[in-house]
Amino acid sequence: MALVVLLPLLLGALAFALPSRRERPLLLLAGAVGHSAGVAWLWARPGRGLEGWLALDAPGKVILATVSALFLASAAYAQRYLRLRDDRENRIFVGGLLVLLSALSVVALAQHLGILWVAIEVTTLTTAPLIYFDRDARSLEASWKYLLVCSLGVALALLGTFFLALSSAGPGGPHSLVVGELVAAGPSLSRPWVRAAFVFLLVGYGTKMGLAPLHSWKPDAYGEAPGLLGAILSGGITSAAFLALARVLQVCGAAGEGAFARQALLAMGLLSMALAGIFIVGQRDYKRMLAYSSVEHMGILAVGLGVGGAAGAGAFFHALNNGLVKGVLFLAAGSIHRSYGTKQVDEVRGALRRLPLSGPLFLAGFFAVTGAPPFGPFFSELTILRGVFASGHALAGCLFLAFVAVIFVGMGAIVLGVVQGDPAGCPERPGQEDGWGNAAPALALLAASLALGLYLPPSLRDLFTAASATVGGPR
Amino acid sequence: MATFAQTVFILVVMIDFFVLASSRLKAAIAAVAAQGALLALLPLLLAPQELHVLHVLALSLGALLVKGIGIPFLLRWAMREASVSREVEPVVGYVPSLALGGLGVMLAFAFSATLPIPTPEKHPYLVATSLSTVWTGLLLVVSRQKAVSQVLGFLVLENGVFVFGLLLSDFMPWMVEAGVLLDLFAAVFVMGIVIFHIHRTFSSLDTGKLSALRD
Repeated sequence: MALVVLLPLLLGALAFALPSRRERPLLLLAGAVGHSAGVAWLWARPGRGLEGWLALDAPGKVILATVSALFLASAAYAQRYLRLRDDRENRIFVGGLLVLLSALSVVALAQHLGILWVAIEVTTLTTAPLIYFDRDARSLEASWKYLLVCSLGVALALLGTFFLALSSAGPGGPHSLVVGELVAAGPSLSRPWVRAAFVFLLVGYGTKMGLAPLHSWKPDAYGEAPGLLGAILSGGITSAAFLALARVLQVCGAAGEGAFARQALLAMGLLSMALAGIFIVGQRDYKRMLAYSSVEHMGILAVGLGVGGAAGAGAFFHALNNGLVKGVLFLAAGSIHRSYGTKQVDEVRGALRRLPLSGPLFLAGFFAVTGAPPFGPFFSELTILRGVFASGHALAGCLFLAFVAVIFVGMGAIVLGVVQGDPAGCPERPGQEDGWGNAAPALALLAASLALGLYLPPSLRDLFTAASATVGGPR
Repeated sequence: MATFAQTVFILVVMIDFFVLASSRLKAAIAAVAAQGALLALLPLLLAPQELHVLHVLALSLGALLVKGIGIPFLLRWAMREASVSREVEPVVGYVPSLALGGLGVMLAFAFSATLPIPTPEKHPYLVATSLSTVWTGLLLVVSRQKAVSQVLGFLVLENGVFVFGLLLSDFMPWMVEAGVLLDLFAAVFVMGIVIFHIHRTFSSLDTGKLSALRD
């Protein structure tokens, strides 16, 4: 457990202390490799720490692995990226990323809702200065918006956590915020407070996750942040917020407020998918397009979690897939952005020709993220959809399909415009040629997603089912 | 002690209204600082007998230092640095925002009456005060344009969360202190304002003119 929490924190401190900006990216790689080793160790023999406040259960395993894989790829990508951007001081960037990795691990491990909240707050505080990496007016505006919106969310989530604590304070209540104790005490919790708590926590963590209508920070932050940070934001931090909501839902279900909570999640999920569809069609900026795609996928996760049961298992599978594929897309988009120097779709053509590695990866990532077989997301979306129909939500299922179709067409038009055609006449930045240094990490993530689509090991399938079972729902 | 606590709660809600209505940032900052100082009294007034005196004193002193003195000082610094003194054009006018604030307070009192309080020995106005203050803070953040006023709104919201946290102080003492972490945000916000200002100053200056210092 020390390897996933303390090691990144230590390396982060080292990054702040290290005077040379050339060596700093190596710390990032060391932290990522150590973290992956720690995750492998924890998967094999999950322990407990801090009086049971930190422990690795099935939902935590999924999210921790997602974060670790994504971070490893991003750290590898950062080696070349930060060398190309040698003009910029990277002390805060590298140090902040490592602290963020530590906080994300704590979110995945936290069994105490107070610790969970603190860790989520740390992720917000550390990412805000990272969005400002480019030091220009646009990135400053983006990080200001991100900080303001997310801090409101985090403050409301704290109030919700307080409500939940109060609900456990009645006579015979557990007087605790440990998820396991709250679930065990289920019926003795004060139900009005649990319901109020869920509303505040849904708004709070929903903001961090970027569910519509709380997603207003997302397009700006993803649009302005460096590609590798976009990958970690859209695949790591949002997944952590998803896990936080799953934990809250677990308590609500035990207290008998599950039906209300699930309805709310389902409605917000569908709204997110609908809004993503509206804003993707006609989008002129390919990084902002990815942000709306993230809103869509958070919506899919919320739908899966809301329906529960088989769809819940699909949602945990989808969290993993979404993390991997978002990594592919953001890293490839980052390389395209480096080469062309613009994010405007109108000025970017022929990425397949100019970037013989990243161009095809961007195209393949598009097919993967929109749910084309044989990539992983196709199968996880199919599992969710099957669960939705099997549990009698026929209307929700039809809407789900319609939104996915609209988004496929909308994204397709943009992505094909970017990758096809002749790059002559498009703006070009010198010295930003495509290379394995920036393509290999994305390729590895894509391969992982493809492998999950082609063959899902039974042990993983059981893990997703177990994760969904903790949250409950129809069989 | 109960009547004294009651007065504090009423004052906290009145400050909410004052901040909603004031256009001068300096007065608003002073009001929020006063609210923070009032909140520092609450742990002393509401502390149950069995809680450690030292802990209560630390909580109270911490709240006074951070909410009453530290953050307001930073804000005044940011205000001077960015040379803003008035909220010129709020998105929602002062009268409508006061009306919305009044509505929120009414709803907060009605809502808190319907919720059962598992620890009834606490003051009956606590939940209502907390929820009204949270609502006021949200209203301020959403309805104001200037970054300094938005930070003020966030501070008010945070004060509301702090009041609610006092309900938990008997059985989860350190959870209340976690709320103080929210103040970190406020500090970062202030940094943001200053950076923003510096940035604006530089970008309005044509970088082409920065070639005077050349051999």
